[in-house]
Amino acid sequence: MDLWYWITDLNNSKMVALLLFFSTFVGILIYLFSSRKRSERLESYRFIPFDDDEPDQKHQDGKHP
Amino acid sequence: MAQTPSADVDRSRTQVAPSEQYNYDIVKKFAIMSIVWGVLGMGVGVWIASQLAFPFLNFDIPQITFGRFRPVHTTLVIFGFGGNALFATSYYIVQRTCQARLFGPKLAEFTFWGWNLAVALGVITYMLGYTQGREYAEFTWQIDLLITVVWVAYFLVYLMTLLRRSQPHIYVANWFFMAFILATAILHIFNNLAIPVSLFSLESYSLFSGVQDAMTQWWYGHNAVGFFLTAAFLGMMYYFVPKQAGRPIYSYRLSIVHFWALVFLYMWVGAHHLHWTALPDWVSTLAATFSILLLLPSWGGMINGVMTLSGAWHKLRTDPIMLFMITSLSFYGMATFEGPMMSLKSVNALSHYTDWTVGHVHSGALGWVAMITFGSLYHLIPRLWDTKLYSIRLVYVHFFLATIGIVLYITAMWVAGIGQGLMLRAFDEYGNLSYTFIETVVFLHQPYVVRALGGGLFLAGMLLMAYNIYKTVEPVRREAARQVASGRTETTASASRA
Repeated sequence: MDLWYWITDLNNSKMVALLLFFSTFVGILIYLFSSRKRSERLESYRFIPFDDDEPDQKHQDGKHP
Repeated sequence: MAQTPSADVDRSRTQVAPSEQYNYDIVKKFAIMSIVWGVLGMGVGVWIASQLAFPFLNFDIPQITFGRFRPVHTTLVIFGFGGNALFATSYYIVQRTCQARLFGPKLAEFTFWGWNLAVALGVITYMLGYTQGREYAEFTWQIDLLITVVWVAYFLVYLMTLLRRSQPHIYVANWFFMAFILATAILHIFNNLAIPVSLFSLESYSLFSGVQDAMTQWWYGHNAVGFFLTAAFLGMMYYFVPKQAGRPIYSYRLSIVHFWALVFLYMWVGAHHLHWTALPDWVSTLAATFSILLLLPSWGGMINGVMTLSGAWHKLRTDPIMLFMITSLSFYGMATFEGPMMSLKSVNALSHYTDWTVGHVHSGALGWVAMITFGSLYHLIPRLWDTKLYSIRLVYVHFFLATIGIVLYITAMWVAGIGQGLMLRAFDEYGNLSYTFIETVVFLHQPYVVRALGGGLFLAGMLLMAYNIYKTVEPVRREAARQVASGRTETTASASRA
């Protein structure tokens, strides 16, 4: 209960905000880098822009004939 | 090349040409308008830069004096050139990465006409002397309402296209575009809360007053930089840099950290525009602190983009489009180092209210925003019209004109700004100001001439681009028109035979 009073005390708002945001950031880092399998899945999304590539390469910006 | 888990989704789609599978028509319109407004906006920019060096260029015509032409310039380049490029690339990227056709073709068409009407009305009203007087938000209240409606339509088109995607995962470029759309909506609405003088008046009063008004203005102003001119163009970068390089982005996980850190930190930094004012000191300190923190995601993103070329640096020797993109990332890194430094109160005491700020803005706007846009449009336009660029050599010339122009511009502004700042706060041994104000103005003349020259080179590059794109697109349009005409002739002939 004391902890709850400490959290709801506006004088502590800066510390509460710091703890909330920093732990969220650390949480995102842990999520991204902790599991090898998840990392591989996330990195596989890098290839999405190439999924619907056109077979020919005629747009490869050569000089106009 | 590795495949995504969804790479085998609906392979039948590949049987259809992209121009038929996707709505390219709307992308084409926005892309062309981006170039049109770009030429006009940069032309006006060079004109007002020349006016500062040679004031007779006002010609005593009120409509083209600096005060009225300056918002014309910023509106045309930010919302005309940048905004249209963002609509074009976001509509293209969301379709290509979701492998889904754009939702609501009529709604998308409305965003095109509505947005460009707002830009045109803005230009006319500024020249007539009507402005809200809020930086980068000078539109009068009626135009603000039009923009709000257009923006809601944009949000709907984008969101519904994401919802109908074939890919299970939403590619990170779309995250940046969504953040841009949502944040811009919030910023636009709150910054423009105003009471009109009357229903038929173009004038209005801000809902806020005093320091709150200033804070709202700069909360908007810096987040316009953060979400409109940074997050959205990062969306462009995360798609077009890998595509042009032919290699996937360096690290997808880094792009996720980049996204969350950037969107969280940017919202807090606006108050660094108001150091040493009536703003509470703790707000200033908070904004400066977050500005320094912002360096980390900014450089993380820059490194992610640049390292995409890792192992393929030779492409820079042969591909001017890649040169545009990598140079833009270098300028992004430089501007996002300079910005946090200028947000420090001690540096700001020297830099603020001087031309250093103008130079900083342009190293971001020309170096980052315009260069990544040029690169992306050079990549995009031949694909939209299913053709080749008219001249790669002209792209090279454009690149060097633009780069030399930027370097001249920002170095001139460093000299102007730092010199001006030092002169304005120099005291003699008795505590009197060492220089009169007019002496600082005289000092600024030479850097202003060099700045106008740099801007002129950048504009020359933009004109070359417009010519190159015209020569790229026109033969395709002519051919399409010829085919339509011959089709009509055949139909008429067979009808008359019948």
